[in-house]
Amino acid sequence: MRQAAAADGLLLRPVGEDALLVEADSAERVGALYAELLARRAELPEVAEIVPAARTVLLDGIADRAALARVLAGWSVPARPPAVGPLVEVPTVYDGPDLAEVAQLWGVPVAEAVRIHSSAEYRVAFCGFAPGFGYLTGLPARYEVPRRATPRSSVPTGSVALAGPYTGVYPRSSPGGWQLIGRTELPLWEAGREPTALLAPGVRVRFVAVDSGSGPGGSGHTGSGHVDSGHAGSGPGGSGQSGG
Amino acid sequence: MVVRPGPLTTVQDLGRRGVAHLGVPRAGALDGPALLAANRLVGNEPGAAALETTLGGVALRASAAVLIAVTGAPAPVRVAGRPAAWGAPVAVPAGAVVEVGAATHGVRSYLAVAGGIAVPELFGSRSADLLSGLGPAPLAVGTVLPVGPAHPRPAVELVPLPAPPGELVLRLRPGPRADWFTPEAVAGLPRQRYRVAGASNRIALRTEGPPLPRARTGELPSEGMVLGAVQVPPDGRPVVFLADHPTTGGYPVIGVVPAADLAGAAQARPGVPVRFLLLRE
Repeated sequence: MRQAAAADGLLLRPVGEDALLVEADSAERVGALYAELLARRAELPEVAEIVPAARTVLLDGIADRAALARVLAGWSVPARPPAVGPLVEVPTVYDGPDLAEVAQLWGVPVAEAVRIHSSAEYRVAFCGFAPGFGYLTGLPARYEVPRRATPRSSVPTGSVALAGPYTGVYPRSSPGGWQLIGRTELPLWEAGREPTALLAPGVRVRFVAVDSGSGPGGSGHTGSGHVDSGHAGSGPGGSGQSGG
Repeated sequence: MVVRPGPLTTVQDLGRRGVAHLGVPRAGALDGPALLAANRLVGNEPGAAALETTLGGVALRASAAVLIAVTGAPAPVRVAGRPAAWGAPVAVPAGAVVEVGAATHGVRSYLAVAGGIAVPELFGSRSADLLSGLGPAPLAVGTVLPVGPAHPRPAVELVPLPAPPGELVLRLRPGPRADWFTPEAVAGLPRQRYRVAGASNRIALRTEGPPLPRARTGELPSEGMVLGAVQVPPDGRPVVFLADHPTTGGYPVIGVVPAADLAGAAQARPGVPVRFLLLRE
C-alpha cells in the first residue's frame, strides 16, 4: 500500500510488512489520536503495539493492515487530547544544579521559575530513551530551553529535567544532557507494581514543590546498555554518537 | 549452574510485546527459527526460554538429569568431556558438565533444556534486554538457572537447520522515510556493497560501506521503530535494528527488512558481505 492522507491532517505511511506510521500535524493531535486509538482499540483489527512519539503514532504487528488503514481513513481526530484521565502528582524538591541557569534563561528569579514549572499541567506525550522515561509536554513554548552543551556522564535517579519542549524525570541513573531543575523520590518505574511505569503516554502530570530534608533521591538501577538511538536533539541521554 | 559463561550468554525467549509505548524493547532470541528448533528438539513449547550464546559458547553443570539440544550457530558439543550431537536431543546425566564450544560458523548458538529456563517473567517474557537492562542479567560464573517442569510431549529427533550464510542478503521494503534520501540512494542500494561491522550487537547490525546520501537535512522528530528498521545515522551507514532496538528513534528509516531475513543477520559475523534487495510495495 502507498501512503495516503486521512481526515484531519493524518498521513498514513506503511512500515515494513505489518506496521503503519500515522503522522499528525501537532503533538496535541498525536495525543488526541493516541487517546482515540486506545478508546476504540476493540473495534480495530488486532494491533500488537501502539507507540506514540513526537509527531506520529506507530501501529505495529497489525493483523490486517489494509483494513486498519481503511478504518483510520474515516476517522475524525480532534485537535487536542481529552483533558481527563489519570493524574500523577510528582513531589519535587526544586534544587537542581541547573535551576539557576534555567531561571536566568527564562529571565525570572529562581522562586518564580519554580512557580512556573510547578503550576503547569503536563501530559506524557510519549516514552522512549529508557523504560518509563516519559517526554512531558505542557510548559508554554516560551520556556523551552536548550540541552546542556556538555552532557553529564551520570544523572541521578529521580532527576526532574528540561530540554526543548519537554520535561522528563530520569527513572534511573544514566548519562544525561537535559537541564536538571529538581528531584523526586517518587519511584517512576517499579517492576511488579501495577502500573510498572507511572508515566505512561496520556497520563496527566503535576509537579508539586516540596521542601528538601527527606534525604537524597532513591537509589536506582543502572541499565547495562546505552545506544545512540537518534534522539538527536531531544534525547535525554548524552549527545552525539555512542554505539550500543 | 554456569561453569563458563562465554563472551556473552543470555536467557532468551520470543520476547515482550505490547509494552513498546512504555519504552520497553521487545528483546527475544535474535535467531528465532533456531530457538524454535531447539525447543522442538527437547519437547518444549515454542516460547520456552533458552540460552543464546555469542561466538564463544558456554559451559554448564547440570544439577539433575536433563534433556538438551543445541542449535543456531554450529558448535562442538561435549557432555562430561565426550563429544555429543549438535542439532539433536542429548541426554545429560545429573552432575555432568555440558560444554558448547566456539561457533565454527555463525555467531549465536541456542541451548534449550527440556522444561525451559524458568527465571521470572517480566511483561510476559524471560528475555534479557541488553539495551535497557531489563530481564535476567547475562550469565556469569556461578549463575544458577532454574529449569521448569518438562512437558510430557515427545521430543522430535531432527529438525531442518539452515547453515549460517557466507553472504547476508537482506530484502528491504522502502519507507517510511525513504524520501529523506536521494532517489539514487534508494534505487542504487542493491548495487552497494556493505560488510557487517564489528560494533554489531543484539541492538543492531551495523554496517561498513558507502554512506547513503540524504535528500534532506535536519532532524526527524523521534518516532516509533520496528524490528528490522534500517535506520541511517549521520555517518550514512545503514543500521539494521534487531531485537533489543530502542522503541523510538530520530534518525530516518530508509526501509524495513522483513523479520524472516533477520535470523541470517543474527548469524552474520563482522566482515561478512551484506547486500540489500529492494522489495516493492
